[in-house]
Amino acid sequence: MLLIECPWCGPRAETEFSYGGEAGIVRPPDPDALSDGEWADYLFFRANPRGAHRELWNHAQGCRRWFGLERDTVTYRIERSYVLSPAGTGTPNVADNSVDAGAGSGSASGAGNGG
Amino acid sequence: MAAMQPNRLQQGGRIDRTRPLTFSFDGEVCEGFAGDTLASALIAGDLSLVGRSFKLRRPRGIVGSGAEEPNAIMQVGAGAAAQPNLLATQVELHEGLVAHTTKGWPGVRFDAGAINDIFGRMLSAGFYYKTFMYPRSLWKLYERLIRASAGFGRSPAAPDPDTYEHMNAHCDVLVAGGGPAGLMAALAAARSGARVILADEQNEFGGSLLACTESIDGKPAAEWAAGVVAELRNHPDCTLLPRSTVFGYHDHNFLTIAERCTVDAGSSGDGVASMRPPGEGVRERLWRVRARQVVLAQGSFERPLVYCNNDRPGVMLASAVSTYIHRYAVLPGRRAVVFTNNDSAYRAAIDLADAGAEVTAIVDSRPGGAGELGARAQALQIPVLAGHVVCDVAGRRRVRGAGIARWDGDCWDTVRSTIRIDCDLVAMSGGWNPAVHLHSQAGGRLAWDNSQLCFVPSQARQAHLSAGACNGRRSLGECLADGLRAGREAVSKLGMEPTAVEAPAAATVPENPIEALWRVPAAKDADRCPKQFIDFQNDTSVADIRLAVREGYRNVEHVKRYTALGFGTDQGKLGNINGLAVLADILGKAIPEVGTTTFRPAYTPVSFGVGAGESVGPLYDPVRKTALHEWHEAAGAPMEVVGQWHRPWYFPRDGEALHAAVARECLAVRNSVGAMDASTLGKIDARGSDVVEFLERIYTHDVGRMKIGRCVYGIMLGEDGMLMDDGVMARLGEQHFYLTTTTGGAAHVLGWLEKWLQTEWPELEVYLTSLTEHYSTIAVAGPNSRRVLESLGCDIPLDKESFPFMAVRPAVLADMRVTLFRVSFSGELAFEINIDSNFALAMWERVMEAGKAFDIAPYGTETMHVLRAEKGFIIVGQETDGSVTPVDLGMNWLLSKEKDFLGKRSLRRPDCLREDRKQLIGLLSSDDRTVLPEGTQLVEETGKPTPVPMCGHVTSSYRSACLGHPIALALVAGGRNRKGETIQAVLPDREPLPVQIVAPTFYDPRGRRQHV
Ligand SMILES: [Zn+2]
Repeated sequence: MLLIECPWCGPRAETEFSYGGEAGIVRPPDPDALSDGEWADYLFFRANPRGAHRELWNHAQGCRRWFGLERDTVTYRIERSYVLSPAGTGTPNVADNSVDAGAGSGSASGAGNGG
Repeated sequence: MAAMQPNRLQQGGRIDRTRPLTFSFDGEVCEGFAGDTLASALIAGDLSLVGRSFKLRRPRGIVGSGAEEPNAIMQVGAGAAAQPNLLATQVELHEGLVAHTTKGWPGVRFDAGAINDIFGRMLSAGFYYKTFMYPRSLWKLYERLIRASAGFGRSPAAPDPDTYEHMNAHCDVLVAGGGPAGLMAALAAARSGARVILADEQNEFGGSLLACTESIDGKPAAEWAAGVVAELRNHPDCTLLPRSTVFGYHDHNFLTIAERCTVDAGSSGDGVASMRPPGEGVRERLWRVRARQVVLAQGSFERPLVYCNNDRPGVMLASAVSTYIHRYAVLPGRRAVVFTNNDSAYRAAIDLADAGAEVTAIVDSRPGGAGELGARAQALQIPVLAGHVVCDVAGRRRVRGAGIARWDGDCWDTVRSTIRIDCDLVAMSGGWNPAVHLHSQAGGRLAWDNSQLCFVPSQARQAHLSAGACNGRRSLGECLADGLRAGREAVSKLGMEPTAVEAPAAATVPENPIEALWRVPAAKDADRCPKQFIDFQNDTSVADIRLAVREGYRNVEHVKRYTALGFGTDQGKLGNINGLAVLADILGKAIPEVGTTTFRPAYTPVSFGVGAGESVGPLYDPVRKTALHEWHEAAGAPMEVVGQWHRPWYFPRDGEALHAAVARECLAVRNSVGAMDASTLGKIDARGSDVVEFLERIYTHDVGRMKIGRCVYGIMLGEDGMLMDDGVMARLGEQHFYLTTTTGGAAHVLGWLEKWLQTEWPELEVYLTSLTEHYSTIAVAGPNSRRVLESLGCDIPLDKESFPFMAVRPAVLADMRVTLFRVSFSGELAFEINIDSNFALAMWERVMEAGKAFDIAPYGTETMHVLRAEKGFIIVGQETDGSVTPVDLGMNWLLSKEKDFLGKRSLRRPDCLREDRKQLIGLLSSDDRTVLPEGTQLVEETGKPTPVPMCGHVTSSYRSACLGHPIALALVAGGRNRKGETIQAVLPDREPLPVQIVAPTFYDPRGRRQHV
């Protein structure tokens, strides 16, 4: 069971969270202008990488905030969790309110991001 | 006593001779002592025949002394509290224990299945797949026979009366295993100030120290261990968990431990078991531990040697023989042959001789024999046959002798035994396998150690270290030092300063290297000689692996599945490396090239009870109750569970059954008035300067056109265009909306809306608040509903013109503040009263009181379903299943052409435009009385050869009291253009029934009744 660092609440067990898929998928501004193939790309196709993966998580049983997580899909190591940028789409905040979730750093939490 | 325990030694052991215990084994009364395991007590009583083998029904005896035991699988206890599939080597003896063998009906001494042994050649690898495939019609019979003759324990039929619990814990260092390395690691970590959990599967800490003759710091090893445990117990931050198996190593250093709490708390860990009174206290506890660092110190398993008939009762692991002698004071045989390819088995020979048994020979495959232990054996005048092997064992229910031959180093040679020695015990050692299970579960890699001929842990993937025998250390001194190192390293990795601890002094005995001996030659080639077992529990032999290779299997994972090697409770503990080595040899590869299999949790079997913990019965799932729940219960309403909500199903009057009650409730709503508790609907308050823009993007209708004080029926789609949820949207202000969701979808919808707001459109200023629990909803429906409300006293006019259909108003009703909705899920004139949940019961009681004049009927979910189906209103999750678009449901009128909304583009995907998509229609049974079961499959014609193409299925089906005939909703391919046609409903156990396709609105199709 993963130990996930919520940028607002600190490290919590995976069971408190729900998974929201790959981060950074931008909804097309004008879906009507897309071909079926282009729309299917947005709708169904994901990178599914072996290794580093940026993904969305929701602290559903906690503060209910969505946030970003960089996780290795092979080792499951979480590189960091981050507050989403005001620009949207699951990209990291430019102000970099990220939390280093490296092994053993159990005390770091996203103080000051209390959105 | 002597008569009942002929193999009990007069002195020694860690048993308490002042506490004799009586137990029953297959109905026979037996005796043992406190401190015994079931296995040691059985050996003491000379009851070492403990079962029949899984496939070939061969008699089997106790082989090991711990988790590796393959044969002694017992059903322990009786009735509902019985536990199937316990290893006798891990069951602590207690007064009154009842044990049964599980394998070999009707008993171990006579067994009809033993005939299999004679036809053993037929039951080779893959026999299930080959023998029983044809004729196919007989497979069910074969399967029953196989299961009946193969079964392990029997699951109790009654609910488990015992209590189990889960415990969450955190620690700096978790030490798995309390032998020499584990104790040292725990000591080093605890003295450095770390929070430590030390878990060991046995009743006493010490592991191998409890059964050895060596000294540590000049003290007997067990005494030294007791000293360490005493110190650890005094560390306030050290938790000692005896009888606790670390069985799972999961992601991010999350480990699971099963603790057996079968003793009084007072005696826990003191080595003396006493029985927990039945049904009292906690039977087992699951520890869920998040550890910052883990030290794995679970020791190692001795390997059997592979020769003909090596499974006969009386063939044991050499280390188990020593354990039975030293720890339990039982002598497993009087006349022993010791067979080995390494030094460690010489200890068993010395222990046997010291305990008074005759060791007729140590048969050592190595021409040079052993190191220092060899000299000690010779000093005891034990004959050593160096450069020899045991190639066959005589005896069926008990070893009678061993055939011995010279060994020239060729595994696949044929040899004749030249020496025959009578014996009743063969103690064997084929080397040692470090218990790498948890290291491997954690994702750690393994490396082949060519000097010790075993896999040892290499690179770790999580925060864990291996120490001692499970790290490939052999001698006691090495294990102690390695444990100390691991404890200090774990502490350092946490950024703490390790306290200086001196390594205790223990002798390191010089040993000669082990020799590879994976299969002993026999008089005939490996396919025709008597069985040479690799995995006793699964009856996998050398010949089976050869057959698998001949039939084309190469990959170790495939061979494992084809031959069942390492299945069951074994999980690679005993046969894994021998099987791998034989496979590698056949394939002409080196062992590490063939690879090893992946170890997965659980390390040893875990009971269902400890997995479930407290989550049984009423605690299985949280129960959500509405503010009116007590009223419903008092009215005698049976409850329907919807998600976690308990909703009244129907309200029986005078002992009515379901159908009578529902018919009466339906007619009350259609003809007068009824009331329903609709509080479980999800309720979301949405406001903010961008709320209209946000809702436009989510919902399919034109939100901006809604006037304040109006409601609409609204739906939302997934981006794939499929209907996700529906409900009522009310505009309460310019920038203030109130949304309802389905009962089951409430949490999901809120999460969905928040996801879009937080991740995609954070620039929108919108605030969402769940009000599901804060407000209760009372639906009052029927032609007399307005009169009921008026008689309660309402501060706003309720007439058709002032308060029309789909209007919403704040109001004071019966002197209570409410929000009134004129919405209808029944098709009748109806009102929904939304009220602060604290006032809900008072309001409900007032409604019931005022409704008496109209014979108001409280109604439940079943009547609600019938009423809405009569109107063709859908239920998300019943008419929809994630593959249904609003177009399929005939909801085009809800889809805005003016704007984009989530999922809109998908409705133009080619698949969504197919003419033959399943569409919502109504169905009428041709016989006017059959209520089609929901889920009924629909076909075009009957009498066609199977498989018949399905053209649809029934989604909702009820008998309609007000129409006088059954009605059904269904999804049928191209159904909307097929009204009037007849198709066939396929019914179980009867002829298909013709059904007619009709419009899905059965009652008041023009919707006049709700507008009055
Ligand atoms: Zn949080």
